[in-house]
Amino acid sequence: MTAAQLRLAGLGAIVLLAFFPAILSPFSITLLNFIGIYALAVLGLVLLTGIGGMLSFGQAAFVGIAAYATAWVTVKQGYSPWLGLALALVLTAAIAAILGGVTLRLGGHFLSLSTIAWGLAIYFLFGNLPMLGQFNGISDIPPISIAGFSLAASQRIYYLIWIILIVALVLAANLLGSRQGRAIRALRGGRIMVESLGIDPFRIKLVTFVLAALLSALSGWLYAHMSRFVSPAPFDVNVGILYLLMAMVGGMGHLSGAVLGATIVTLLRNSIQDYLPKIAFSASGQVEVVVFAVLFILLLQRARGGLAPFALRYLPRVQPTPPKLVGALDHRRQPDRGTPILAVSEATRRFGGLVAVNSVSFEVEAGEILGLIGPNGAGKTTMFNLITGALPLDQGRIAFLGRDITHLPQRLIARAGIARTFQHVKLRPHMTLLDTVLLGTYGRTSSGFLGGALLLDRAEEHRAEAEAMRQLQRVGLADRAFDLAGNLPLGNQRLLEIARALAADPALLVLDEPAAGLRTAEKAELTRLLQALRAEGLTILLVEHDMDFVMGLVDRTVVMDFGSKLCEGAPDAVRADPRVQEAYLGGVV
Amino acid sequence: MAALLAIENLTVAYDKVEAVRDVSLSIEPGQIVTVIGPNGAGKTTLLGAAIGLLRWRGRMSYDGLDLRRLDVEARIERGFCLVPEKRELFGDLTVADNLLLGGFTRRRDRAGLKQSLDDVYGRFPRLSERRRQLASTLSGGERQMLALGRALMSRPRLLMLDEPSLGLAPLIVREVFRIIASLRETGVSILLVEQNARAALETADVGYVLETGEIVHSGRAADLMHDPRVTASYLGGH
Amino acid sequence: MTGEIAAILAVDGIASGAIYLLIGLGLVLIFAVTRVIFVPFGDIAAFTALSLASLETGTRPGTVALVAGLAVLATLIECTALVRAGALSRLPRALLFYLVLPLLPAAAVWLVAGMALSMPVRIALSLALVLPIAPLLDRIVFRPIADASVLLLLTVAVALHFALSGMGLLFFGPEGVRTKPLVDAVFEVAGLIVNAQTLLIVVAAVVFSGLLFLVFEYTLLGKALRATAINRTGARLVGIRPATTGTIAYLLASLLAGISGVLIAPVTTIFYDSGFLIGLKAFVGAIIAGMTSYPGTALGSLLVGLLESYSSFWSSAYKEVVVFGILIPVLLWRSLSMAATDDEETEE
Repeated sequence: MTAAQLRLAGLGAIVLLAFFPAILSPFSITLLNFIGIYALAVLGLVLLTGIGGMLSFGQAAFVGIAAYATAWVTVKQGYSPWLGLALALVLTAAIAAILGGVTLRLGGHFLSLSTIAWGLAIYFLFGNLPMLGQFNGISDIPPISIAGFSLAASQRIYYLIWIILIVALVLAANLLGSRQGRAIRALRGGRIMVESLGIDPFRIKLVTFVLAALLSALSGWLYAHMSRFVSPAPFDVNVGILYLLMAMVGGMGHLSGAVLGATIVTLLRNSIQDYLPKIAFSASGQVEVVVFAVLFILLLQRARGGLAPFALRYLPRVQPTPPKLVGALDHRRQPDRGTPILAVSEATRRFGGLVAVNSVSFEVEAGEILGLIGPNGAGKTTMFNLITGALPLDQGRIAFLGRDITHLPQRLIARAGIARTFQHVKLRPHMTLLDTVLLGTYGRTSSGFLGGALLLDRAEEHRAEAEAMRQLQRVGLADRAFDLAGNLPLGNQRLLEIARALAADPALLVLDEPAAGLRTAEKAELTRLLQALRAEGLTILLVEHDMDFVMGLVDRTVVMDFGSKLCEGAPDAVRADPRVQEAYLGGVV
Repeated sequence: MAALLAIENLTVAYDKVEAVRDVSLSIEPGQIVTVIGPNGAGKTTLLGAAIGLLRWRGRMSYDGLDLRRLDVEARIERGFCLVPEKRELFGDLTVADNLLLGGFTRRRDRAGLKQSLDDVYGRFPRLSERRRQLASTLSGGERQMLALGRALMSRPRLLMLDEPSLGLAPLIVREVFRIIASLRETGVSILLVEQNARAALETADVGYVLETGEIVHSGRAADLMHDPRVTASYLGGH
Repeated sequence: MTGEIAAILAVDGIASGAIYLLIGLGLVLIFAVTRVIFVPFGDIAAFTALSLASLETGTRPGTVALVAGLAVLATLIECTALVRAGALSRLPRALLFYLVLPLLPAAAVWLVAGMALSMPVRIALSLALVLPIAPLLDRIVFRPIADASVLLLLTVAVALHFALSGMGLLFFGPEGVRTKPLVDAVFEVAGLIVNAQTLLIVVAAVVFSGLLFLVFEYTLLGKALRATAINRTGARLVGIRPATTGTIAYLLASLLAGISGVLIAPVTTIFYDSGFLIGLKAFVGAIIAGMTSYPGTALGSLLVGLLESYSSFWSSAYKEVVVFGILIPVLLWRSLSMAATDDEETEE
């Protein structure tokens, strides 16, 4: 099935949706309206929680802020619902920006706990502010009208709801396929890798958080003008949980999960409300809560992926077309061979009582491969993390291309031209190889969130794709560009990390134990690749344990032992040094 | 003699990547067995599976018991212990508390514990000096001693050591291997995983060489020491 | 506000702070040992209060049915797991721990519910009745997903709270209760009238948090709990079962929550769903301390109690808004002071 056919199928589904009001009963249309409104809020939650990894219990509060904003504007101030929409969006975005700015830097569960807290705070605020009608709410909200055409009837607002939902889905899908969307998808699983590519995870999180709030705001605006009445109850924290349940049922990792989940839970809720009173007539509302909570827990225990992955399995797969190798991103001019590129002076780092790196100094010259070697636990990886900014120095200074980078954050060091790989590969297993390498081009491209959502980034995106494909070809993985990174064997995963690093167009490539776990043939292949890169003028610093691999490859070595520099020089000279023999090659008992 | 630990056709996979493939090895009571090999060969994975921290396929038995039926804690209770590569100490507890918890499985035998504690302090005087210090403030060598001491507190019959010489000064490495050799005299069997191949082979009775998850050579440690295929790769080409 | 009113509010605030402290310590304990942020602790406190009230009026508390149901379910799950693992020899132990022990207090309460009981007996029975709930929930709900991420565990905990409070309504009904005062005396301290009940709350909080400290510092059990919290793998490697320490942590924390329920029942009307807000305020106190520090939790709880007390004087309608709103500046402060730390999450 091609992309064109898929588009046709989507169009068919939309036409079918357009005919629903003519076929279905008014009650079914009302249900569909609720589904659409819930799906909008859940879509935000899927982006935020499922894809971005930030768990929020407070989405209902954002829906509420928007609903109350528009209710206040239209009922208390007598303005148009469209002005209500404007206020709803602005107010929600502003509050989300403040809350996100405060909580997103903290570890995952702090954000989540605080969403419960402000969800409750906002709920009680709605319930107590006299201007918002306290717990009685605000009634007689006017319907939305477009050029004098009133959308009071549920068959009419149906169209508005579903058009907004479909547009939101399309924009969200576009966004996720773009430069910033890839960054959102890379958020889950820790920030070190993300920052090493020059991405500011806090900014990405904050924008995602505000986007999710804006989707909730649309949902709240539509809700207020559809039901024509707002009160605090639909925006309580337990509704926030209901949204989470919908996202979880549908499938947190997929945009379609939002619609799927909203549909299933809404229909289920509807039938429970029909049947429960017959079984347990008293307190049926509470039984509903218990049933949903238990269902939710079972789902979390047994099927965390939700239904979307199952549903998608039965849909025909779209064959992706490999990107054309047309156009390229700008390349940096590599510094002249032999000039100093990196200077580490007296770098020191302690962990508790352990001095992991003790006053180590060395230089790397442009165009060389320098091997940083030493026994396990000598402090090589710590040294490495100091250079790339993954760890702060306790003492000492590091300069790169003549610029002091000692106190620069990791992502700015990456932007300055240092690209790295990881000893324990840090890939996002659910991203394709192409997307993984495209992540590497982040620092060389500039498209924003809006540009990505509106597809204004295509020209740049094509150039980035061509660049990424070239890097995949270079490491020999181009024919698997659309495989998932998690499905590669370890050796290929290491090559993929190198391709990702190369896509950033670095002046200095730093590799942390690139040969660990590789077979002999793979090591030979890696050696050839690194030699070719050196011939192109790239400077390489590698930390390695495997002596044979290092000795055949590097121009110079620096030997570390116990956090200190033992010696440096040409590989043969170092190998013959008795101190190195003692420390490294297996001190004789 | 029946093997104390028998591993047959062990395979351990992380997702789809097999880190250990079809490995078989066995340890007789009183033996020191070493597994050497390069970084990333799967040595730590092998030990993790043997102690029950990782999912595995194949057959493993300890002291005649099917290891499928024993969880990590049940292995410890039966004297099968691991000193892991990361040491896994209790950083915010004192050295004394770390040792005390090492004897957790023998908590009802107060007199025996006291005796073991004195033994450990006798073996590692440094730990005795630092008994009130938090484990997180120890140096690398002291951490290794504490990890070893903590394991000895459970009175193990089979001790698995993952890279005991990791990050230690040559002098301390020698000390560690001396202790390993002396443990044999107390009847403890040892499975030793080492990157310091020479020292490991000199201490052990039997050796296995693990490469990319598979055993490529095995035999008496003394033979392996002189096997050209082993010396070329692991003994610095001498 | 006069000085006298301020002092009265302060006393009130300290008393509610003490209640939040007891629950907050439990939350921190459970989180440290099991990584579960056990949102339903407030419900445990509320259920204790409701059970105590039922015993006072001579009716059978709904908790009996709840505990029985959970015990049967947990036993089924545990036994199925044991049979599947082929560990039949551990079945009797499982039956004892998951069925017999939890059902003992339930059966006792069921038998004596109609009788006239003295207050200490009523309190002891209520506590014993409620104690097994959290460990049983742990076995049913959290043990199967013990390796999941903190966020997933938190989501489950929140859902669990809704399930519990829903069941609370079914078992206890919608009426609020207030139990008889535990002590009936009034003191005058420095010209200030202090209710003995208030004093009792504060003393109990101090005594029980002190006991918790002693357990942690001086017993092998306490050290095993701390060891599990510091390094789970390390704990397993010395033979400490995180599942067992988890159960002990749940029992200890339930005891604290139960005691706070007993203490609060005579001073506040408790409904089936009152636990949520009480529990969440305890959370706010614990979050102020970063969910890790026990002394910090004490200060945080006190702050929440005082804040609530003073804000309810200015405007009782907004006290919840103020208490939950305070988190925002607190988190801002924390995010600025903790900016350098990195928690590499493994969420894949």
